[in-house]
Amino acid sequence: MSEHIYVFKRFERFWHWSQAMLIIFMMLTGFEVHGSYHLFGFEKAASLHTVAAWTLVSLWVFAIFWHFTTGEWKQYIPTREKVVAMIQFYSIGIFQGAPHPFRPTTLKKHNPLQRLAYLGVLLFIGPLLWFTGWFYLFFGDWKAWGVDSYLSLEWVAFFHTAGAFMMLAFFIAHVYLTTTGHTPTSHIKAMITGWEEVE
Amino acid sequence: MLPIRRITLSALAFSALLAGPNAFAVATKTDALAAPAPVTAVPAKPKPASTSTADHGKFKELQKNFKTGPEVTEACLICHNEAAKQVQHTKHWTWESVDPKTGQKRGKKNIINNYCTSPVSNEKDCMACHAGYGWKDSSFDFTVEKNVDCLVCHDTTATYRKLPGDAGHPVYKRTEFPKGSGKFVEAVDLRKVAQSIGKPSRTNCGACHFFGGGANGAKHGDLSSSLQHPDRYLDVHMDEKGLNFTCATCHSTSSHQISGSRYNVAAAVKGPAHVRGKEDTVNPASCQSCHGDKPHPLARLNEHTDKIACQACHIPEYARDAIGTERSWDWSQATVMGPDGKPTVRKDSAGRRAFDSKKGAWVWESYVIPDYRWFNGASKFQVIGDKIDPGKTVLINEVGGGPNDPDSRIWPTNVHRGKQPYDKVNLTLTLQHTGGEDDTALWHNYDWQKAITAGMKAGGLPYSGQYGFVNTEQTWPITHMVAPKGDALTCAQCHSVNGRLKEIKGIYMPGRGDNNKLLDAAGWIVALLTLLGVIAHGAGRIYLSNRKG
Repeated sequence: MSEHIYVFKRFERFWHWSQAMLIIFMMLTGFEVHGSYHLFGFEKAASLHTVAAWTLVSLWVFAIFWHFTTGEWKQYIPTREKVVAMIQFYSIGIFQGAPHPFRPTTLKKHNPLQRLAYLGVLLFIGPLLWFTGWFYLFFGDWKAWGVDSYLSLEWVAFFHTAGAFMMLAFFIAHVYLTTTGHTPTSHIKAMITGWEEVE
Repeated sequence: MLPIRRITLSALAFSALLAGPNAFAVATKTDALAAPAPVTAVPAKPKPASTSTADHGKFKELQKNFKTGPEVTEACLICHNEAAKQVQHTKHWTWESVDPKTGQKRGKKNIINNYCTSPVSNEKDCMACHAGYGWKDSSFDFTVEKNVDCLVCHDTTATYRKLPGDAGHPVYKRTEFPKGSGKFVEAVDLRKVAQSIGKPSRTNCGACHFFGGGANGAKHGDLSSSLQHPDRYLDVHMDEKGLNFTCATCHSTSSHQISGSRYNVAAAVKGPAHVRGKEDTVNPASCQSCHGDKPHPLARLNEHTDKIACQACHIPEYARDAIGTERSWDWSQATVMGPDGKPTVRKDSAGRRAFDSKKGAWVWESYVIPDYRWFNGASKFQVIGDKIDPGKTVLINEVGGGPNDPDSRIWPTNVHRGKQPYDKVNLTLTLQHTGGEDDTALWHNYDWQKAITAGMKAGGLPYSGQYGFVNTEQTWPITHMVAPKGDALTCAQCHSVNGRLKEIKGIYMPGRGDNNKLLDAAGWIVALLTLLGVIAHGAGRIYLSNRKG
């Protein structure tokens, strides 16, 4: 038997999907600026990447505000509880049809591995991209800011690219792991409707 | 009616320019060009009445049948009593320019260039482009005021001509030119010219500067007679139907000192556009003096200005005309005769000089993509007597600057290759007596040994008697022929692998393949392993659930 619980609120779902589209688009344009392939053409790719960056920044301003005003930020506090069980589930149990060791609730909607992964994205990969992207964008102001002797575009680009590769790896794993819920589509449905199907 | 007549005049002037590529002065009827440049783009307008407060035709000092140029100058100096002194402090008179940092004396008088090499011992010919009269050898007195040539810059009739061989004097009597051509140049009516003086037009400047190196467009690559009547595509500022700038609109002049010089280039001008009344030390012959250093509506483009000269994007190609420019001059081919053992000339398919037994061989090109390089405005020149290493290409000028120099920008340049004679023992480039009718003149007797011996003697240099030929290279910054903004380079022309700036070192450019290859490899491997991992994981799940099901 399965039941439905409400895990993702409307803003959260909006935030997730718009952020997802922006990040996919920024990877697409970003790796073109990087020189990995030709799609939009350098000029268009660079300008679209910038527009998407500013859109994402505005979205994050709202998201940060939302997280703190609703207390939802607590969802990302890491825990050691059930970490081992989760790893065992993904590496063994899932193949044997074992039950999911974590049962989401409105107060604890992420499993312990999700908590760790999202915290890593929010506190490490995101800021790395944001910070280096900021300096990339304002390259012309380095002198005015007095940082031109400490920074080089080469290294700013290096760390920005490193962040992008991490985001790409996260993206691939994340998309796959959405199929590991109660049913292969239950996680995705939850992120669309807000209601997660659980055992 | 009027526009039709203008076109006819333009066509006539153009063919006149093409007709006499060896003349150092050109006769063109272009008084419409002397008009002050309008500030906004409008269709060609009729010539406005002169705005001058004086009609020189009415001065009694000029009601004379002048016999010589110096006589005219004496008349000019009656009123303009400081003018000659001013001119005598300019490069147009001294043919000398001092490097403010190193003190090196450059200028036509001192350097050896990559074209006709040096005026030393050839003054009678070369001084057709000197703003003076009578510089025929090293005895020329630079203090004599009446020898300043006012008319060559201020003639508005386009009938004032100076021919090679006369040491800077205009044509006093009807002369066949070139000799044996059956074409004649009329004597200049000095009275008429003196009464018709005005501000310098493109015709005045172009008479020498369009024809440097001895042929139309040969020398600079961004200056040729096509700038006499340019359209918008060729030069957005000089566009005859648009802004219609004269040379002096940018090369603004005070006390006869003309701003802008390739010897000391304003390579990295910073700050906003010049404002009237505000004290400003910015070189007026710079883009930034009008446009400032942040001229684009897009901030990202403005960020480029502290690394890239405006010219790099806005002059996508130089010599953007059928006239073209010379890419190389091989002097070692001079004195090679035709199959019949007689001197010969050959033209390329576009009618440009390709070979001449007198001067050697040339290669021409039109619509040339520049060579880009860091440049801080300073060049160290090869001056007469400098030692060379014949094992290497001799740099006629060593262009300064680099990626870590805040006063350097990436500039488009015209690199002109040459092959010049040198003294194999003393290891100097040689001076050669080329022009003239005497026994030692190369263009008369086709004897290198005699020509070099005479040239070196005139320059006071030792000569071992052994000469060879060495590869040379001269680098010119490109700054004229600015295209309309729609023709500027697009981002991807530089931001791509094998783009325009592929040879530029010392900066990180996105899209050029500057990325850290190790990071790229690691990044793609991690992404690929993640993908393979999830595929394997998913496949395992599907397989096992099927087996169970």
